[in-house]
Amino acid sequence: MRRSASLSGPALMIGAVLLALLFTTGILLIAGAPPLEAYRQVVLGSLGSTKKITDVLVAWVPLLLATSGLMVTFAAGLWNIGIEGQITLGAIFATGMLRLTLDGGLPPGIAIGAAILAGILGGAVWALLAGLLKAYGGVNEIFGGLGLNFVAVALTVWLIFGPWGRPGVASMSGTEPFPDTFSLPALSGLRLSPWAVLLGVGGYLLVFLILQGTTFGLRLKAVGKNPRAAFLLGIPTVRYMLLAFVLCGGLGGAAGAVQVTAVYHRLIPSISSGYGYLGLMVAMLVNYQPLWMPLVAFFFAALNLGSIQLPIVLKLDSSLAGVLQGALVLFVLAVEGIRQRLRRPQAKAAE
Amino acid sequence: MSYDMVLIGLAGVLAAAAPIVFATLGETLTERSGVINLSVNGTILLSAMASFGVAVVTGSLLLGFLTGMLVGAGVALVVAGFSISLKQSQVAVGFVLTLMCRDLAYFLGNPFIGLSGPRLPALAVPLLKDIPVLGPLFFRQDLLTYLSFVLILGAWAWIFRTRPGLSLISVGERPAAAYVRGLQVNRMRYLYTIVGGALVGLAGPAFSLSVKAGWKGTISGLDGYGWIALAITIFGGWNPIRAAFGAYLFVFLQWLGLVLQPNLPGVPSQVLQVAPFPLMILALSLVNIGNTEWVERTLAGLPDEVRRSIGRVLRSLRASPPASLGTPFESE
Repeated sequence: MRRSASLSGPALMIGAVLLALLFTTGILLIAGAPPLEAYRQVVLGSLGSTKKITDVLVAWVPLLLATSGLMVTFAAGLWNIGIEGQITLGAIFATGMLRLTLDGGLPPGIAIGAAILAGILGGAVWALLAGLLKAYGGVNEIFGGLGLNFVAVALTVWLIFGPWGRPGVASMSGTEPFPDTFSLPALSGLRLSPWAVLLGVGGYLLVFLILQGTTFGLRLKAVGKNPRAAFLLGIPTVRYMLLAFVLCGGLGGAAGAVQVTAVYHRLIPSISSGYGYLGLMVAMLVNYQPLWMPLVAFFFAALNLGSIQLPIVLKLDSSLAGVLQGALVLFVLAVEGIRQRLRRPQAKAAE
Repeated sequence: MSYDMVLIGLAGVLAAAAPIVFATLGETLTERSGVINLSVNGTILLSAMASFGVAVVTGSLLLGFLTGMLVGAGVALVVAGFSISLKQSQVAVGFVLTLMCRDLAYFLGNPFIGLSGPRLPALAVPLLKDIPVLGPLFFRQDLLTYLSFVLILGAWAWIFRTRPGLSLISVGERPAAAYVRGLQVNRMRYLYTIVGGALVGLAGPAFSLSVKAGWKGTISGLDGYGWIALAITIFGGWNPIRAAFGAYLFVFLQWLGLVLQPNLPGVPSQVLQVAPFPLMILALSLVNIGNTEWVERTLAGLPDEVRRSIGRVLRSLRASPPASLGTPFESE
């Protein structure tokens, strides 16, 4: 038992990181690129200056919000792939609310607050839809969610080219940008808004408290571990499942609202930036436990931002970040699987 | 629209559905054995890119198609290894692979973007091509489309009409019983995951060397088809013929959207393009709704006559997955 224990935790992570780096290095060599130079660009592009680090934080906030939401659905045993659509709907609702308040002449502070609330509502509604499809339509949440993701993107594109199009020049570049006063105030000279960070950290703490410190969280985990047993113990499983969807969707929607009010200042076709899918990977990497999640989310956000340098400097595609992230999760799963396999005979001998 | 145009359009639907048919058949075989390979979407992108690249470099279509199948089999082997030997969640591994393969395709495919490559030529069948209606529909296609027809029937016959097919069903439904009867459950699961993966891999070159020839990186327009194939596998109730029907229905709806667009100026093209996706959800719920408890409860409260006729409709639509789908098997 002692030998397998020494393999766990940090050692396991370091081993997986090294294997993932080895794999990605191989891919870089196949592509005929200089691996060390590529890694250097990624590091410089994400952590090379204070400004770069704050830019990573700009991406970290929506990723943190989305992943926090996923912690809730994962606790309930749900694979909420529809998180992408929930982020998108949050962005759409937030944009809609900002447009309304812009016409209504409300003060910017109230308008932004209302937009974020609207975003939370939008994400929650979209998630509830996936939950209802699962509970009453028998549609697995993976497929219901995926279908709704496609619909959400179509809705965005339609709004951008149709009713919300820029007069005369509707294009993939998005809707007319909102005036500066209608975005979350950023630090001077930077893109980072402390308000957004506050929202992200708040969302994370909320989920952490719900899951670790409330009866609701405990029951939710019971539903996730064994829905039948939970139901027999008197927990209304369907209601808990739907609540998990709504909570996750709300946090995803908040991420979308942040994308509109603090990052892009308008609605663009790919407004979710893939943070939903990325969040699913982060959640897997931390084994669905919230403790290390913010750190891993920061690491993933840094990889995404740093890889933007690759096409500019080395004429490589920026999808290298995704390759490294995927390899990382894959090798963590592999090391975990091997560890369990090694441990099994020993556990048996101990019985 | 003239009669001939409709016929050409429908023949185009049959050809355009070939890649989805391959992917759906492959996934059907894999899931029949009890394994979910969720990596389909990424596998199709990676195999499309790799086979196009190989075909461009070597000039050989055959090598291109083989590459696609090899990539598909390779990714499936990873899924099988992680889920069967390492007992990790099939959904998790498949999902990571689907994202990673997509990014690999975009990263490694960078140098091939926009190159012109070989394309599978049409090959009309002599004599048969002149049969009215059937000729233009079925016998003026390319080799790949013919192969898709053959594979639909072949897969159906294999599963439901042969002894190995019976073994496959028993491994997916009751692995423990199959094991007691001397079947190597996990070995068979490896086999069908890899064979199914190779078929999914064939969908890649079916796109990049035929239906949507070429490689255009992120705007290749292939992202999403794998997810559709997974949904169609469920819609098809793990039956190759019903699955093929689902694939044709999906492509037909897409074609219909394209054709109807000029007649519906009020409906933006983006809406018509994605219309098949919500329809797919609707179809999935029709397939599954008979299995849900509230429907049973509601039905129980209805008068006998009504209940029986509704029950009959739901039963005919209903599909249940292989009983052991997604759960690992341990022999001890």
